[in-house]
Amino acid sequence: MSIPGILTGEFFINGDEACAEGAIAAGCRFFAGYPITPATEIAERLAKRLPQVQGICLQMEDEIASMAAILGASWGGVKAMTATSGPGFSLMMENIGLGMMTETPCVVVDIMRAGPSTGLPTLVGQADVMQARWGSHGDYGVIALSPSSPQEMFNLTITAFNLSEIYRLPVFVLGDEMVGHMSEKVVIPPPDQIPLVSRKGPTPSASAFLPFMPDEDLIPPMACAGEGFHVHVTGLTHDEQGYPVITSPVHERLVRRLVDKIRLNAAKIIQTEALGLEQAEVVVVAYGCTARAAREAVTRLIQAGEKVGLLRLITLWPFPEEQIQKIARQVKAFIVPEINYGQMAYEVERCAQGRAETVLLPLMGGTIHTPADIIEAVKENL
Amino acid sequence: MKIRYQPAVPYDPQTTCRIKEEQHGLHPDDIYLKPGRIPHIWCPGCGLGVVLHTYINGLKMAGLQVDQAAVVSGIGCTGRVAGYLDMDTYHTTHGRAIPFATGLALVRPDLAVTVFSGDGDLFAIGGNHFIHAARRNINLKILCVNNFNYGMTGGQAAPTTPVAARTTTTPYGNFEHSFNLPFLAYASGAVYVARWTTFHARHLVTAIAESLTKKGFTFIEVISPCPIGYGRPNKLGSGLDEMKFYRENSLVQNGTDPREADIGLKGKIIVGKFIDQSRPTFDELYTENILSKFKREN
Repeated sequence: MSIPGILTGEFFINGDEACAEGAIAAGCRFFAGYPITPATEIAERLAKRLPQVQGICLQMEDEIASMAAILGASWGGVKAMTATSGPGFSLMMENIGLGMMTETPCVVVDIMRAGPSTGLPTLVGQADVMQARWGSHGDYGVIALSPSSPQEMFNLTITAFNLSEIYRLPVFVLGDEMVGHMSEKVVIPPPDQIPLVSRKGPTPSASAFLPFMPDEDLIPPMACAGEGFHVHVTGLTHDEQGYPVITSPVHERLVRRLVDKIRLNAAKIIQTEALGLEQAEVVVVAYGCTARAAREAVTRLIQAGEKVGLLRLITLWPFPEEQIQKIARQVKAFIVPEINYGQMAYEVERCAQGRAETVLLPLMGGTIHTPADIIEAVKENL
Repeated sequence: MKIRYQPAVPYDPQTTCRIKEEQHGLHPDDIYLKPGRIPHIWCPGCGLGVVLHTYINGLKMAGLQVDQAAVVSGIGCTGRVAGYLDMDTYHTTHGRAIPFATGLALVRPDLAVTVFSGDGDLFAIGGNHFIHAARRNINLKILCVNNFNYGMTGGQAAPTTPVAARTTTTPYGNFEHSFNLPFLAYASGAVYVARWTTFHARHLVTAIAESLTKKGFTFIEVISPCPIGYGRPNKLGSGLDEMKFYRENSLVQNGTDPREADIGLKGKIIVGKFIDQSRPTFDELYTENILSKFKREN
């Protein structure tokens, strides 16, 4: 099966371009963004590609507007995405909160560079992972995915759209400069082999439709603009009717559900990749481009007969707490290489609960870990 | 960790708004208002009720059903308009109604999308979005209720506060220059620019109807009383006194050059339809120049 404008086959493209193709394959037909290194290639690719599938690609006046525009497009019933890097991600935070509060499906790609502030615009960083978790004010659950290759930039962008449509929230793809700018073979399957999900809508007979009344899965069906349901959508605390209600009982119910819809479904959302965990005494926990060096290091160590394993985080949020807790009972230490001064290492340490040591292998940004760096750190802890 | 929750109160449709809903339908225009949402939160003497009703009448005059339209609002007193209308309404973040509405209007070109917001929301925190949406000529209907101050937070200075006016953040009088909104809208590229006061309710209905049926970025400024936040510190009297002031001091001058439309603290207010012109909308240009290249048979 082929659809006009949809690519199928093998391509040698970079991670940013693969992300753009993933969006198109996922059914994204609206992109709003603002140029920023190292995410610009996503906007450039979509400016060329979206019109080919009758989609709209819009360069906004800033990242605040970009985030607002994709929320508006999503309520218009279209799958929508934006892409940025650290400074733009900071600007998007308020409207990300609006997306969380109004349960608006969309995808936000952050190709991480080294910060804070303007930092190293062209060089790699992984220091936005806690910002992705906690960046907007207030409590809400989040989903963030961490691709390690251009192929995964393609695959996980599709996954991000599917999760956003299922759980009704902005989903983050936390790429990094290294993966975004790296060119590799990317295989794009035929459209009928790519499973896609669309948001559930109200049943046609829903005369007493309550737009924020959740089903048993904690997710309310979504009625978009022009469908005749007259939904009021507000960033204010709202009841199941969607009406603003400024009281603590309604807030308690709403915020608890915004967190629980992710927390209670974490097992269905979380993806990890494991290597050599069964025998391991030391486990490397890594994600993004860092996981590539970690995989090489662990592979070499296993070949040399060392009891070492790798846990690659494909899903950063929700964090695989139970998996870390389980491994912590078995191993002496976790080694956490990341291109920041300790972010996911805190999560690992929290879940290890003192049962295993957590060793952070930080880089402040601009360069990546080598397998030798990781091998050395593992050997010190075996 | 273990979590010990406070007991949650389940949703009970019987106690939520039902009492107020019983009164719903007594007024013929109640079909435009969400059941159970009236009475509104606005102060006595506020002009927002007038503007809400003129919007409803504007829809009727334009021959639009509520399902052919949507309203996006920002934050502030005017931002609350969206919550009262029984249609698809979106109450967004402070200053960001226009970019939200841009996304909505572009993917749903069949809907007449109105942005309803105040002068602070649209021209202070949201000023950049206003000029860019006007430049692009996005098909948006901007209805700006200008009360010369931040009403919701209790009467602070806005970019529209006239020189010498007192607000809680300009206790010795405001000595910043203020925006001339029709001139700003025109200079940014709006195809329709009008200003009326809440005293000119019928003119306003016509203006809203005209803007709803006009393609492109339209701008209507509605001068509105805020007796609590702005009237009291400036000794303008009650809401009724402000309406009398509008009657006595407004000059209807259609076609006025927007450059001449400045407003002072107590001087004349020039009202009327200032600009009504045409230029291609973003939709038209994008469809004709870009999408048409890739339009396929099916």
